[in-house]
Amino acid sequence: MDFSFAGQYMPMFFNGIKLTLIISVTSIGLATAVGILVYLLKTSSLAIGKAYPFRMVAFAFIEVMRGTPVLLQVLVAYVLVSMSPYSASLPSNMAAMIASIVAISLNSSVYIAEIVRAGIQSVPRGQMEAARSLGMPHFMAMREIIMPQAIKNILPAIGNEFVAVIKGSSMAYVLGIAELTFSAKVVQGATYKGLEPLLISAMFYLVLTFSLGRLIGWVEGRMKASDSH
Amino acid sequence: MIRIKGLCKDFGTHRVLNGITTEIKKGEVVVVIGPSGSGKSTFLRCMNLLEMPTEGEIIVEGNNITDPKADINKYRTKLGMVFQQFNLFPHKTVIENIMVSPIMVKKIAKEDAYKKAVSLLNMVGLAEKENAYPASLSGGQQQRIAIARALAMEPDVMLFDEPTSALDPEMVGEVLSVMKDLANAGMTMVIVSHEMGFAREVGDRILFMDQGEILEEGCPEELFTRPQHVRTKEFLSKVL
Repeated sequence: MDFSFAGQYMPMFFNGIKLTLIISVTSIGLATAVGILVYLLKTSSLAIGKAYPFRMVAFAFIEVMRGTPVLLQVLVAYVLVSMSPYSASLPSNMAAMIASIVAISLNSSVYIAEIVRAGIQSVPRGQMEAARSLGMPHFMAMREIIMPQAIKNILPAIGNEFVAVIKGSSMAYVLGIAELTFSAKVVQGATYKGLEPLLISAMFYLVLTFSLGRLIGWVEGRMKASDSH
Repeated sequence: MIRIKGLCKDFGTHRVLNGITTEIKKGEVVVVIGPSGSGKSTFLRCMNLLEMPTEGEIIVEGNNITDPKADINKYRTKLGMVFQQFNLFPHKTVIENIMVSPIMVKKIAKEDAYKKAVSLLNMVGLAEKENAYPASLSGGQQQRIAIARALAMEPDVMLFDEPTSALDPEMVGEVLSVMKDLANAGMTMVIVSHEMGFAREVGDRILFMDQGEILEEGCPEELFTRPQHVRTKEFLSKVL
C-alpha cells in the first residue's frame, strides 16, 4: 500500500469532512426536533369521534420512513426540492445539500421518536402520579420529574442514532455532494489507487463516530455523578 | 369536608367501584379495610382523581371536583397522597423532594420552603438525611420522607394507599408511628391499610369494602368486636 499521495490530497479530504459534518450536525439537530414532534403526534390524545388524526399521521409517516430505503428518500427529496420554484435561484449544489439534510433528518426522526417514547415509558408510572398528586400540572411534571429521569435512558440510544446519522450522511454522495465518501472517490480517480483513499475516508469516519461516542459517554458519566448513590 | 356520592369506576367492562357514598369529616381518621380486589385503592385514587370516576360526585367545599371544568391541580394541592411504593423522585435529594412542589406549584420562596422542609424532616426523624438520595435510604425512611413531602403542601386531608405494605416488617412501626403523630395532631386522614391493630387504635371510623361497595362502617370498637355483615365477619376471622 502506498499512502504517499495522502499529503497532497489532504485538503480534499478535509473539505469532505467539513461537508460531512455540516450535513450530520444539521441533520442531528433537525432529526431531534422533528423526532420529538413525531413522538408528540404519536401520543396525542386529540380525537375526532373514535379516530386520532395526529396519531394516524405519525403512524403513516413512521411506516413510510422505516419501510423505504434512505437512498431512495434522498433521491425523492432531491426531485421535490428541485421542483420548488425557488430552487433555480439557489447556489449550485444547495438544492442537493437541502435535499440530503431533509431526507436524512426525516428518516432519523422516526427512530428518535421511538427512542424518546421508550425512554419516557421506562420511567415508572408512580413518578407521574406522585408529581400530579403534589399538584403539578402535566407539563411541569414532565419537565421537572419525568424528563430528567427519561434522559438517562434516552441518551445512550440517541448516541447510537447520531452515529448512524454521521454514517448515513454518505448518502449525499449520490447527489454529487463532495462529502467524505465522495472525496475518496475523487482521489481514487486522480491517483489511480483503489483502496487507499477509501481507507483514509474510513479512518476519518471512525475518528468522527468514535469522538461522538466518547462525548456521549462523558455526558452520561456526568449525569450519573449528579445523582450518586 | 369531602362528600362522596354514588361513586362508580369501571375499568373496561369491569366495575371496580359500585356506588360508594360516604363523607370524610374534618379531623377524622378513616381506615378502609377489605379483601384485596375490593376496590379500596381505587376508591382512594378516585378521591384525588388519579383515576377518573365513571359516575358519581366528589364534593369539596361545595364544589363538585369531578366536573370537567374543576381545577384539578388546585384541588390536589389540598390532598396529600402517600403511595405504597413511596414514589420519591430518585434524581432529587431528600430535601429537594420535599421542596420541589411548594416552590414550583405554590410559588413559595425558597428559604421558606427550606425551613418548612427541615422542620418536616425533624418531625419524621430524618433531619440528618437532608442531602441523601432516596436510593440510599431504607423503605421505612423513604416512606417517612414521602409523608413529609406530602405534608409540605400543607394539605387539608392526607390519603394513604397501603403505606406499609411494601415495607419489611421491622420498618412498619416507624411509619405507623409518624402516622399516629399526625392523627393525634388532628390531621384528617383516609388510610387504606391491612394493619388491623393500627386501624383499631388510630381510626375514628372503619369502612369495610368488598366487591366495590362499602358493606359496613362504624367505629373500630363496634366493627371489630361486633361485625354485622357476614362478609365482614369472614374477613376479620381471617386477618385478626
